[in-house]
Amino acid sequence: MKLSQLKVGERGTVKEFTDLEMSVKLMEMGCLPGEEIRVERIAPLGDPIAINVAGYQLSLRKREASTIILM
Amino acid sequence: MKADIRIALVGNPNTGKSTLFNVLTGLNQKIGNFPGVTVDKKIGYSSLPDGRSAEVIDLPGTYSLYPKSHDESIVFSVLADRSNDHNPDLVVIILDATNLKRNLLLYTQVADLKIPVIVALNMMDMAKKADLTIDVDGFAKKLGVPVIPVSARKVEGIDKLKEAIAFSNKIAFQPDSIDVGSIAPQLIAAVQKEIGIDNPYYALQLAHQHETLAFLTPGQNEAIETLEKEFAFHSQKAQGAETIARYNFINDLLYDTVTKSVTAEDETTSNRIDKILTHKVFGFVIFFAILMFIFQSIFAWSEYPMSLISDGFVWAQSTLHHYLPAGPLTNLLVDGVVAGLSGVMVFIPQIAILFAFISILEDTGYMSRVTFMMDKIMRKVGLNGKSVVPLIGGFACAVPSIMSTRTIENWKDRMITIMVTPLITCSARLPVYTLLISLVVPNKSVWWIFNMQGLALTAMYLFSLVSAVVVAWVMKYILKSRERGYFIMELPVYRMPRWGNVLHSMYDRSKAFVLQAGKVIIAVSVILWVMASYGPGKGFDQIDQKYKQAQYQKAAPDSLQRMIASDKLENSYAGVLGHAIEPVIRPLGFDWKIGIALITSFAAREVFVGTMATIYSVNGDADNIQSVKQKMGSAKNEQTGQPVFTLAVAMSLMMFYAFAMQCASTVAVVYRETKNWRWPAAQFAYMTVLAYVASFVTYHLLK
Repeated sequence: MKLSQLKVGERGTVKEFTDLEMSVKLMEMGCLPGEEIRVERIAPLGDPIAINVAGYQLSLRKREASTIILM
Repeated sequence: MKADIRIALVGNPNTGKSTLFNVLTGLNQKIGNFPGVTVDKKIGYSSLPDGRSAEVIDLPGTYSLYPKSHDESIVFSVLADRSNDHNPDLVVIILDATNLKRNLLLYTQVADLKIPVIVALNMMDMAKKADLTIDVDGFAKKLGVPVIPVSARKVEGIDKLKEAIAFSNKIAFQPDSIDVGSIAPQLIAAVQKEIGIDNPYYALQLAHQHETLAFLTPGQNEAIETLEKEFAFHSQKAQGAETIARYNFINDLLYDTVTKSVTAEDETTSNRIDKILTHKVFGFVIFFAILMFIFQSIFAWSEYPMSLISDGFVWAQSTLHHYLPAGPLTNLLVDGVVAGLSGVMVFIPQIAILFAFISILEDTGYMSRVTFMMDKIMRKVGLNGKSVVPLIGGFACAVPSIMSTRTIENWKDRMITIMVTPLITCSARLPVYTLLISLVVPNKSVWWIFNMQGLALTAMYLFSLVSAVVVAWVMKYILKSRERGYFIMELPVYRMPRWGNVLHSMYDRSKAFVLQAGKVIIAVSVILWVMASYGPGKGFDQIDQKYKQAQYQKAAPDSLQRMIASDKLENSYAGVLGHAIEPVIRPLGFDWKIGIALITSFAAREVFVGTMATIYSVNGDADNIQSVKQKMGSAKNEQTGQPVFTLAVAMSLMMFYAFAMQCASTVAVVYRETKNWRWPAAQFAYMTVLAYVASFVTYHLLK
């Protein structure tokens, strides 16, 4: 399951990444394997999305969210 | 000023770093630029409790020493390069107590460079509110560095922080946070030996970043490159491994020192605000209401101070003319330099007002929500969610708007925004449009409510927005991006704006504009003044002689002066140039008189009206638009006897003003923001070509 498939309010735990470059940036921002994520909201036009991770809110585009594989 | 100790402030964005900087240094700051990049270098001075003085440099906020943007790359260069003028003796790293986990990543990186570090634990009050208990002593013991709880907003703990700075060590005592050597042991050892450094993490960073570091010699660079190949170093994999190791360290650390009392997950205030501000309907309604308010304020609030400034300069000019001996030098000083200075100062109210709003939008956290909401639309045309504010600000003035594009982190998005912002109908175009529209568009109502002239003006405004979007979309395919476009952005919690920061930002931006763009504007103003006041050969003497003849002496002194001025302008260098470019602009329907106006308009578009007034010998400026209009309306072509300003000519001229880059201030500010003359040159070129084509097409369609 990809992060981009979650609906608002749903949770998941990061398993792995499909894009190396993106994963480096995401991990720096606290989005690491084993970390729990909750989708907080989706932008009015459907993209990007906002997630809660490591105690703060992070926004990312759907395309970027689709590189995060959840357990 | 020579300081006893140099301190660098380092931290994540949105941690209150600028607030702490302002609190530490007060107004004792100066802004410069880091060489070669458009990052403001903010340096201030602070006196320590022991009487020594400290130089404080505010480094750009970053999440990691691995840069994602040009701004962020400054941080490692300053920290690592011992020969850098700003290489600090001590780093004060600001951590947001409510968000320690992510904040600590940068801390561990800086600490492992083995620079003496002090931690300023900011927002302790917020942490208490969020039911976080932090064992500060335990935290300090584990890290092995002083940890000072502060609240920069409430100016709490600042004295303690200054004490800690005064007592700081010259050498770093913090233990390693991770075993750096295990990431790439052979490569690190080889780089250490090659460059002659002890610190393994420094060596690893050099391996990652050597290509962009200016302080390495080409030889060193090549050597590191060779070593990387030899040991099959994979930069991204190594970074990933390092980040995971660092977060393991951080999790252990926080497990022992931070406890969050378990309460039911109640909805935070920030979340509740977001439900409204990023709502499908209200979100956009509120956003456009805010934009309209900003737009109105730039117009309305700046009007009075702007007229005050220009009246003040007019007064200064007449006073100087009165007291200084008449002569070319006085004229140069008063009509060239002082007039140029006036052209610079008059922008200050608009800049200050726009930056007050931008500072509030950023401080409160609303700007990131704007980006969040607008990203999808703006991305389609090659812009960024944050481009909305400069574009709307462009309706007032392109100068502050282009300065405000700094909020856009992505290089390509920022460049495109800078390139298209001057297309938006700015307030300087308004007098030109009003004059030309009133000349050729009948003042009639359509369907009772719409006035034709009003409709024409509205059309020009909308047209400018459309053209900016189209050009942005084209540039999206032309510009090659040096960085991969991604959008991983923190949405900070909503906070009240800090009014001190707002004032600082208004002052900083105005000062930067006056000092840096001002030079170019004054230079252009002087050049244009010389061109309009001097002519080749003996032309001017002959004009003076001609009007001394008896037949002219009967005319009223006022009208005689105007006739002389008009005659002189025709024979000045500007007039000669106007004649010279006539063949080029004739296909657009323009004659040499309009040519002169096009040239002088380069100082600022609104000069068009004044130039027209001089050419048609009316005693008029922008206030006297009616008499200029009458003269222009009755102007006849000398050969054909037809009116000069037909619908086709007026529309063609409006198209020219819509597209052409006739604004020295904008050119100067684009140079300041891009640090490369190629950008303003390219912008000038594309806009002139567009202006020419649009005018040509318009003229020939309507003729």
